[in-house]
Amino acid sequence: MSDVQLIQGNEACVRGALAVGCRFYAGYPITPSSEIAEQMVRLLPGIGGVFIQMEDEIASLASIIGASIAGTKAMTATSGPGFSLMQEHIGFATMAEVPCVIVNVMRGGPSTGLPTSPSQGDVMQARWGTHGDHPAIVLAPSSVGEVFDATVRAFNLSERFRTPVIVLYDEIVGHTRESVALPDSVEIVDRIQPNSDGSEFWPKRAAADGVPPMSAFGDGHRFHITGLTHGERGFPTNDPQVAEALITRLHRKVEAHAEEIIEVEVFMMDDAETAIFAYGIVGRSAREAVLRARADGVKVGLIRPLTLWPFPYAQVAEAAKQVDTLVVAEMNLGQLIGEVERAAVGQAEIVGYLRVDGEPITPTALLNVVASVSGGQA
Amino acid sequence: MTDINTYLREWTMPHVLCPGCAHGIVLRSFLEAVDQLQLDPDKLAMVAGIGCSSRLIGHVDFCTLHGTHGRAPAFATGLKLARPELNVVVLTGDGDALAIGGNHMIHAARRNIDITVLMLSNAIYGMTGGQSAPTTPEGAVASTTPAGNTEPMFDSCKLLIGAGASFVARVFAANPLEMTKVMADGITHPGFSFIEVISDCPEYFGRYNNIGGGANMLSWMTVQDEGVAGPLSAKRFVNHVPITVLSPALATGVLEREVRPVFSGIREG
Repeated sequence: MSDVQLIQGNEACVRGALAVGCRFYAGYPITPSSEIAEQMVRLLPGIGGVFIQMEDEIASLASIIGASIAGTKAMTATSGPGFSLMQEHIGFATMAEVPCVIVNVMRGGPSTGLPTSPSQGDVMQARWGTHGDHPAIVLAPSSVGEVFDATVRAFNLSERFRTPVIVLYDEIVGHTRESVALPDSVEIVDRIQPNSDGSEFWPKRAAADGVPPMSAFGDGHRFHITGLTHGERGFPTNDPQVAEALITRLHRKVEAHAEEIIEVEVFMMDDAETAIFAYGIVGRSAREAVLRARADGVKVGLIRPLTLWPFPYAQVAEAAKQVDTLVVAEMNLGQLIGEVERAAVGQAEIVGYLRVDGEPITPTALLNVVASVSGGQA
Repeated sequence: MTDINTYLREWTMPHVLCPGCAHGIVLRSFLEAVDQLQLDPDKLAMVAGIGCSSRLIGHVDFCTLHGTHGRAPAFATGLKLARPELNVVVLTGDGDALAIGGNHMIHAARRNIDITVLMLSNAIYGMTGGQSAPTTPEGAVASTTPAGNTEPMFDSCKLLIGAGASFVARVFAANPLEMTKVMADGITHPGFSFIEVISDCPEYFGRYNNIGGGANMLSWMTVQDEGVAGPLSAKRFVNHVPITVLSPALATGVLEREVRPVFSGIREG
């Protein structure tokens, strides 16, 4: 039996987190994500969880990293300005390999920008915001139901790969209320624990898949965690070989499992001559545009990544071989369009439809773009 | 009494400290306190930021989290709330705790979360090469105050008392027995404990200000005007006499000790 409810995207995020075992939330108030904190404080204490409102977003992410090191699944949520402040600890969690989930409900930027308007301006910040070479896992749900699923998945991927996972959606997805069927239970992945054979625990000695087992402070293994470059035993070193081995392993553990991480919706692509590439709330407008264009006999399809990073280069390349034109629709001035171009390597014409006025991209607007590139009326 | 070396990760030696630096004396005093209290090493978490003092936690055989610059109180907050049975001790420096991390420090104090903060104060940024800190006295030379510091310094204990810390003390690296006693008191105190340990940096502060090496600098700590009665303490202390005539006298000893409700996050009681 599943439970059908009319809820907001931000509320679905909380439900997903609690279903998958999140028991610690720390955050700082910011529009348009605050409902997540407001729901968490009501629901967490009753199930043995902890809520704390921290002094800023830097501290919010620091404290959930602390909670995760103590063995508790933990998350925070924010929007653009707070996400900027979190970059320091996204890097720390990546380097120290501490599972945690960060939700960014995007609003218009830069700076304080448009606090109550949607945007997709943080796609590249989610990939490259923290300094240094680092992997990134970023999920992009389009609907209330997908926010639930993406949050569950974010925790599972985070535990699976010992790395922070970012859930990226915009103000519209966060605030829209939709009727969703919440499942009674979800798949739950827990971090691999070290052997308890009495041997010393080396916190960064990875298994064959590149992911080291993880103990918790208080569980009997006394170990060191640092953001400095470190060896398998977890202690700092300047050894060039050790440094290279660490950084390449951090990348490899994610990139070698890209197929496991990447999800792409491919819709009406079988005979498509034009494809729309869109994600998040724009993906829903694009789907509607495809349906309307198809009703008029225009051969258009949709490529909608639910995983933005690692980027689905293979899926986009395949689409580019097939279609004449790829329309990339984003609520920014062109962030993923560059990746689409890299994937397409000239095999299809790339046309951007980009919007940064704080208003959503409508199906009608995309229908017009499709009509203009397909050389006929749609 | 346990051999103090059993608390060390001896294989991590040599340590990163310079000759004459008193941080090692401070660490020993802390380990004596751990031993006196018979704390379980498996349940003792040390959280540090960035700087010379913070690097000490790599050398002790506890659960050690070397976080980011200034954020140790925030990491420690998550650790303690998620796992209340841990003894959580933050090891930080004056720049780490009072400049980049000042906000986290005062809010951890305000909440009265049950952690202990040891702030090793040497009036300078040692690891980055001797820049001025919020604790650098007026007039003192640092690499970024070549003509003498023109900014007033923080009185960290007054700051933390104002922020709501329920145990506040200032002790000297030159007085290891008192350090151990006050650290043990701080660790057992229910709530937020803040202990400023006046340490030294002969390599930068001592050299730039021509006040000698470690032994000389520690000896200054014993030059105290014990007769001045202040609002906080009968003992008052001016660091780095005689180059700091413009700096305020600092109260020493245990300056605040009050039992107040301890914060454990919003959770079911």
